[in-house]
Amino acid sequence: MSVPTTAALFRPGTRPVRVRGFSGWLNTRAVLVTLGLLIAAAVVAWWNMVSGSASITAAETLDALLGQADEGTTRVVRQWRAPRVVFTLLGGAALALAGAVFQSQTRNPLGSPDIIGFSTGAYTGALLVAAAGATGMWATPVGAILGGLGTGTLVYLLAWKRGVSGLRIILVGIGVSIFLGSFNTYLVTMLDLEAAMAVATWGAGSVNDITWAHVLPLLAITVICLPVMLGHAQDMRLMEMGDDAAAGLGIRLERVRLVQFTAGILLVAVVTAAAGPIAFIALVAPQLALRLTAAPSVQLLPAAAMGAVLLTISDAVARASAMPVNLPVGVITLILGGAYLVWLLISLGQKKGTSS
Amino acid sequence: MTTTATPVTPVEHRLAAENITAGYDQRTVLRELDLHIPEGSFTVIIGPNACGKSTLLRSLARLIRPASGQVLLDGAAITTLPTKQLARTVGLLPQTSVAPEGITVADLVSRGRHPHQSLLKRWGREDEAAVREALEVTGTTELATRAVDELSGGQRQRTWIAMALAQQTPILLLDEPTTYLDIAHQIEVLELCTQLQREGRTLVAVLHDLNQALRYATHVVAMRDGEIIAQGAPETTGTAGLVEDVFGVAARVIQDPETGRPLVIPKASPK
Repeated sequence: MSVPTTAALFRPGTRPVRVRGFSGWLNTRAVLVTLGLLIAAAVVAWWNMVSGSASITAAETLDALLGQADEGTTRVVRQWRAPRVVFTLLGGAALALAGAVFQSQTRNPLGSPDIIGFSTGAYTGALLVAAAGATGMWATPVGAILGGLGTGTLVYLLAWKRGVSGLRIILVGIGVSIFLGSFNTYLVTMLDLEAAMAVATWGAGSVNDITWAHVLPLLAITVICLPVMLGHAQDMRLMEMGDDAAAGLGIRLERVRLVQFTAGILLVAVVTAAAGPIAFIALVAPQLALRLTAAPSVQLLPAAAMGAVLLTISDAVARASAMPVNLPVGVITLILGGAYLVWLLISLGQKKGTSS
Repeated sequence: MTTTATPVTPVEHRLAAENITAGYDQRTVLRELDLHIPEGSFTVIIGPNACGKSTLLRSLARLIRPASGQVLLDGAAITTLPTKQLARTVGLLPQTSVAPEGITVADLVSRGRHPHQSLLKRWGREDEAAVREALEVTGTTELATRAVDELSGGQRQRTWIAMALAQQTPILLLDEPTTYLDIAHQIEVLELCTQLQREGRTLVAVLHDLNQALRYATHVVAMRDGEIIAQGAPETTGTAGLVEDVFGVAARVIQDPETGRPLVIPKASPK
């Protein structure tokens, strides 16, 4: 292994690595950022584990996790808190990954799945399943996934015109999202009162009732999608230079797009199925990660770590603000994300104004 | 016994369009067109707006799939070649590309190495050498650590060309490489093209400026309404008749005192 010093100039914050058959770049800054974010996420997650309406100390929580506490404590920690904490970590990462992929593919920081209607569509799918009276661990996830994929296909087809442009996807997506939003409201009124009540809290994006049965599908989908997304990450970054430039470098555009879109929609759908539409994590996390890593193109792993941090923090805030009645976490992300969106729109407007 | 007929030596070529019909949606732009790119040439495609010259170049680059006919590389249809393999032989400078925000020149140029990389071989010594060479040839070495969005138009275009050069393809396609550049940068880019051609590459470019085409090309392809009207050396294609035919402009052709190539001067309108 050797490290030529001058080559570090090529990509600030990175160094070339060559070990036997492998050669590549080590982005030291991205690695440090990711590690820092993961530590932050772990700290907040642990705080979420030990705080709550039932007062359980850190030592007791640890005992409960190791199976050495009394039955009541073990139940609270293992059955109530742990799945919720794991879900916010994984779900935040999943939403951020999806956001990173869609922003990269649309070449626009607004191109996130919650803006372009995929979460709304997933919610529609879940509502349709509920309206049809289907139950079981996989009923809602499958409904949400079909809803998300259906919406994705619809947006893609409506936006298709000699290839797809990022801006057209976003505009069509916003339109479809508005339509599906009102359709969702209609579906809720169709449900009986009890189901409608349950759906209403869920519709705000809540992790209050998360159980292991919600975590498992999310874990399964993440384990499948993450390697696939990472495998296409470089192709995706090159596609940010424009379709022609990427095609000239031998990238199979339509295949990469199909794979990344599908993986992104699956992740959003499976989170939405369990927790309802959690707004703005997908929009905000990849952009914050991009700023922190100072990289020119979307970075998947730092974005995922950032998503985990944001959702766990939002959950901590939601729990702290209204204890013992838990606020839906979606309300918190909505407030945080809404502020970010306003800032983003203003700065995008300014950039347009100065560059042209 | 000797034969009197001189044997016809076919012009060597690797890239060719055979009988292609291509276009967008319902609109057919090219109709049953044949074109063989002479090996080692700087071929320039000219013609009026919407004559299909970009469509032809995009077909050669496999950005457009012809409705019928095929583009051949070394006798094989390019649609049957793995995309990465094709990208190691034919490079492309697209008309519009987007530099990701804040990307450095060296980083952008190193992206041209993509077709040579694999899952485990992502940045070998040969990649580094190729990027260095591309920077040097295009005179962008000093800009290597600068952000692309801070550069002037000419510097930016040289960076994109450097990226295509880092791809180390024997054939390079350039779609209007001089558009949006001022005259000094246009000349700079075209002289770079000539230099690359002399070093052994085959270049195919679409240009708007007829006189620049005649001045720098070794092979001129003139198009109108999706058909090739004439092709050949600039000296034989740069005639008043052809300018009238292709562009509908009455012109005089004189000898460029600088290069000896044909120079087209449109006639003043009779008034």
